[in-house]
Formats: sequence, C-alpha cells, structure tokens
Amino acid sequence: MAYSFDFSAVFDYSDVLLQGILMTVQLTAVGTVFGVGLGIVGAAVMTSRSRILRVIVSAYVELIRNTPFLVQLFFIFFGLPALGFRLSAWEAASLAMVINLGAYSTEIIRAGIEATPKGQIEAGLSLGMNRVQVFRHIIISPAMQRIWPALSSQIVIVMLGSAVCSQIAAEELTYAANFIQSRNFRAFESYFVTTILYLALAIALRFVLKMVGNHMFKRRSHA
Amino acid sequence: MLSFTFWDILSNLLLAARWTVLLSLIAFVCGGVVGLLVLLARVSRSAVLRKLSGYYIEAFQGTPLLMQLFLIFFGLPLVGIEVTAWLAAVLALTLFTSAFLAEIWRGCVEAVPRGQWEASESLGMTYFEQMRHVVLPQALRISIPPTVGFSVQVIKGTALTSIIGFVEVTRAGTMITNATFQPFLVYGLVALIYFVLCFPLSFYAKRLERRLHVAR
Repeated sequence: MAYSFDFSAVFDYSDVLLQGILMTVQLTAVGTVFGVGLGIVGAAVMTSRSRILRVIVSAYVELIRNTPFLVQLFFIFFGLPALGFRLSAWEAASLAMVINLGAYSTEIIRAGIEATPKGQIEAGLSLGMNRVQVFRHIIISPAMQRIWPALSSQIVIVMLGSAVCSQIAAEELTYAANFIQSRNFRAFESYFVTTILYLALAIALRFVLKMVGNHMFKRRSHA
Repeated sequence: MLSFTFWDILSNLLLAARWTVLLSLIAFVCGGVVGLLVLLARVSRSAVLRKLSGYYIEAFQGTPLLMQLFLIFFGLPLVGIEVTAWLAAVLALTLFTSAFLAEIWRGCVEAVPRGQWEASESLGMTYFEQMRHVVLPQALRISIPPTVGFSVQVIKGTALTSIIGFVEVTRAGTMITNATFQPFLVYGLVALIYFVLCFPLSFYAKRLERRLHVAR
C-alpha cells in the first residue's frame, strides 16, 4: 500500500502556522536584542581589569556553551520553580534564549574587542575621553562591525534552536507543527512544511541581519 | 513508596550517559565519512556537484536539527522503512554532522594558498593527486581545531533525540524527574554530565587553535 501525501491537510491550518511563525520571530527578536546586549556587557567585563568578574563571566560562558539548549530550557522551566522562581512557558523560553545567546555573543564580541589596536585606545584616552567614552566610541563600534558576520550566524543558529521550546509548550512554530499533526495525523507533511518555513525564516533572517549591519556600520564602512 | 537516593539518581543518569557517548561517537565518525564525500563534491571541478552539495549543506544548516529528526523518524516509515528511535537518531545526526563538517573543511581547503594548486598542477599531478598529496594534508592541519570544536555541537545535538523517545541522558533525566519530583537536582546533574563531556573538548579545541596561530 503506497502512502499518498496530502499537504492540503496542513494548509488547512495555515492560521496556526502563521501564529507559530510570529511567535518564533518574537522569541528570536527578544533573544537577539537582550542576548546581544548581555553579550556586550559580558564582553566588556571579560576585557576589564576585575579578575573576580572575569572568572564569573567566563564560568557562565563555558557553562552555557558546553550544555545543550534543551537541558538549559528544562532546568529553567522545571528546575527553577523548586527555588520559588516560577515562570510561564513563554517567559522560560525567552529567558533561555537570552541566556544562551548572551553566552555565545560574549565570546564572539570579546574576540572583536581584543582585536582593537592598543594605539587607538591610548589616542582616545589622550584626547581626554574617560574609559566609558573610549569603550563606547572607540572599542565597541568597530568591534561589533568586525564580528557582525559571526554574530549573525549565531543568531540564526539560536533561531533554529528555538524549535525545542515546543518541549515546554511555548507556542512557537514547532509547537504549531505538533498541534497540526495531532489533529490531522499527517506528521510527515506537517513537519515537512514547517521545515521549509524554518529554511525561509533562516534565509530571511540572514538577509535582515545583513541589512541591519549595512545600516549600522554605513559611516564606518570605508574606514 | 519507593524512594530514590542521590546515588540512585546519579548512577541511573550515568548509565544513560553511555548512550549519549555512543550516539555521539557513531554520529561523529559516520558524519565525518559522509562529510568527506560532501566536501569532495563541494570542492570538485564539476559545477553540478558543487551546486548540489551546496544545497545539501544549506538544507541541514538552515533548518532545525529537531525538524531533521522528525522528518526522518516520521518520513522513513512512509516509504516502508521501519525505524526505531535509535536508527532515526543515528541517521539524522550523521547527516547533520556531515553537512557542518563539510562546510568547516571546505573553509580549510580554500585556506590552502592558490599557488600550491598551481605548483602541483605544473608538476603534472592529476586533480586527485593534488588533493591527496598537496591540498588535503595541509587542510587537515588547520581543520583539527574547528573539527574538535564541532564535536561539542554533536554531543549537545544528541540531547534532541530524547524528543523522539531515544533514552539517553536527557530523556533519563525527564523520566527520573517524573519519578522523584526533584527537577532542580536531576536537570542540574544532567547539565553537569554534559559539561563534563563537552568542556574538555572545547578547552582542547581552544588550545589547539592557539598553538596553530603561534606556529604560523
């Protein structure tokens, strides 16, 4: 008996899919904005003079980079309530995304900061800038420009990784696929369509990040 | 009522961790072999092969590993192949690993200076002789740190096979949590086991990379 594919059974639920896409985009947006923000702070600390702070941040980075996102998610969603820290699925998923991307972007941005020529920092200080001004105008902007391609790839990886948030019932795209296949019993078709949607999202996200990069670093592009 | 001591929990997790290690090893070795074939297609002289292998890599790098697992787990039975969770896990992780390794290695092959190709060509070497004796040995040297680094991604990737029901350390963690109601402890230990597996590898990869930069 040959199996006959029926993709229309999936598109009957296109509103569910659309809702899932929106939620995945939202999750990625929150993760990116706060995760990269956390990464900038983390990288600033990693290149600071305080030894204790450096140890704390590198412990955080290594802990996150060497454990699976799924386990981080389970720990936050199922483990933290034991300490009286109760989160909804949505909050736990967002928090996990931020913490995860925060660790990776700390490492990526740190590499960008360390590539700053010493003379530029000295020049800034000799112009009477304080350390915050030097960091803001001389160190971080060129560093971000340098590492933007690497950071963009990481953001795409984190977006694709958000598929596992369905496991704590955060209602993103994979959750939508699970819902649809539980209704129409068309597992392969549901996941196939969802996979194509993720591919399209990844391509679109790469494009958007490239545009954001071009826009942010426009003035400096010929420097 | 049954009660679980700390040692019961830990020993059960460690028993399940054997499967995480075994699955990672198989996926990494098989993925390496398939990845080498994809790499040869990716840097071949045939434009069709280059294009096809490019699509292959994009398909696996641009979609979630979880979806790849689901498609294999739910898709193969439709064409009459009975798959267990174990087989689906091995297959999906092998394909996933091959795509990433091929892309990493392509970068290493392209990092070999153009002049090396030209020099070996002027010595009358065929394409395969050039690859075998000139390009791949040099690419191999610079490929080791990122390859070791990627092995960490493979180990972490095996956690997703828990979702299709393969009992490795994450799945065991979920089962033990359901029995003991101690999610903080159990998932903490699960995370620790992954860390113990992954950290030496990422540390080693970082050191190799530093040594390579000094050598150049």
